[in-house]
Amino acid sequence: MEKLKLIDRVNAINWNRVTDDKDLEVWNRLTSNFWLPEKVPLSNDVQSWGRLTPLERQLTMRVFTGLTLLDTIQGTVGAVSLIPDAITPHEEAVYTNIAFMESVHARSYSSIFSTLASTREIDEAFAWSEQNEALQRKASIVLEYYHGDDPLKRKVASTLLESFLFYSGFYLPMHFSSRAQLTNTADLVRLIIRDEAVHGYYIGYKFQRGLERVSQAKRDEIKDYAFTLLYEMYENEMEYTADLYDGVGLTDDVQKFLHYNANKAMMNLGYEGLFPSDVTDVNPAILSALSPNADENHDFFSGSGSSYVIGKAVQTEDEDWEF
Amino acid sequence: MSAVDVVYFSSVSGNTQRFVEKLGVPAKRIPLRGREAHLTVTEPYVLIVPTYSAGDGSGAVPKQVIRFLNDPVNRSLIRGVVGAGNTNFGDHYAAAGDIVAAKCGVPHLYRFELFGTPDDVRRVRDGLDSL
Repeated sequence: MEKLKLIDRVNAINWNRVTDDKDLEVWNRLTSNFWLPEKVPLSNDVQSWGRLTPLERQLTMRVFTGLTLLDTIQGTVGAVSLIPDAITPHEEAVYTNIAFMESVHARSYSSIFSTLASTREIDEAFAWSEQNEALQRKASIVLEYYHGDDPLKRKVASTLLESFLFYSGFYLPMHFSSRAQLTNTADLVRLIIRDEAVHGYYIGYKFQRGLERVSQAKRDEIKDYAFTLLYEMYENEMEYTADLYDGVGLTDDVQKFLHYNANKAMMNLGYEGLFPSDVTDVNPAILSALSPNADENHDFFSGSGSSYVIGKAVQTEDEDWEF
Repeated sequence: MSAVDVVYFSSVSGNTQRFVEKLGVPAKRIPLRGREAHLTVTEPYVLIVPTYSAGDGSGAVPKQVIRFLNDPVNRSLIRGVVGAGNTNFGDHYAAAGDIVAAKCGVPHLYRFELFGTPDDVRRVRDGLDSL
């Protein structure tokens, strides 16, 4: 494997002269979101873990091992490979934060394992992850583009990893959470899901700024590439999802969740979603495990609308909005 | 034709602006930078606002939107809120919409993610027409 390219020249970073406000905004958001797995009381899930079937326990171990592999790639190769392409020094700093948080995520799954599972179960799951073809292909597809020579393509691959490839795994803790199982584990995974949203948004944003600097022909080429790569990843994800979830009968449900997140990944890159709404109708139980505000009851336009109230003017101060 | 206008805020990422462009209704943008002229409205409007939130939920409403709503005339004309965000933020999904709705006593009409799907655009456009 070739050595990762390092930047040749470094100037001291001046956070008092920021050329892209988004860098400071995202830096602030990421640093205030900082967390460690020790803050989540995972041991409260021990009883719940014991009540899962052996098949569910095996599935959980495999899912989290797969997520660990992706986080390891993103922490040690993916986010780091974006640094030499950065346009501003603050963008470089944001990537170092993203890389480190991916390592925290990878570390978190090991915390879950050591809290819940036996050494034998852990070793079996890691052995499975090395032998599962779809999982290994998923890793090699991404790695190939990280070692390629096109900064825009690297950002496409990175955004798709952050905003699409994780979700066949994220589905499972949301499924358990909707049945009041492994709820602390789900709380930890929600912290990871929140981080990945900021990562996908930021890398996708920088991708779109990068597109503005190239010719229309290049933009067309990159768009073709993005949809081709998504499709290649998507076909592999369908296979990976079936390998994991056929045994518990959840494959169809997971696939809707993948369609929904594939569309959001493309939106992070500035493209319209690929999948029509009749295949992105995520199980409401999964959606509400993800966000309690996401259900249809919050759509006033489709509801009765009886609670319509005209606004009353009250004097407000900036501080009044911090709730 | 809708009886209300749209007022919106969008950062340089432009997601909310893109949603508003797809709506194709008359819309005014709250200025991004403090040195630009203050926006004052004279007609009833629905506010479309994205959410910026730290982990603890603070800072969800963009400062520019707070400044706009601290103007009593602007605040008196708001008729509803549409919130933008990302379900990945859990409880804080479209939180800015919840906060503005509670503060101004108007309904949080609809939530959408990023720059919205074609279904989101259609539902909000139809919804605005019915107000």
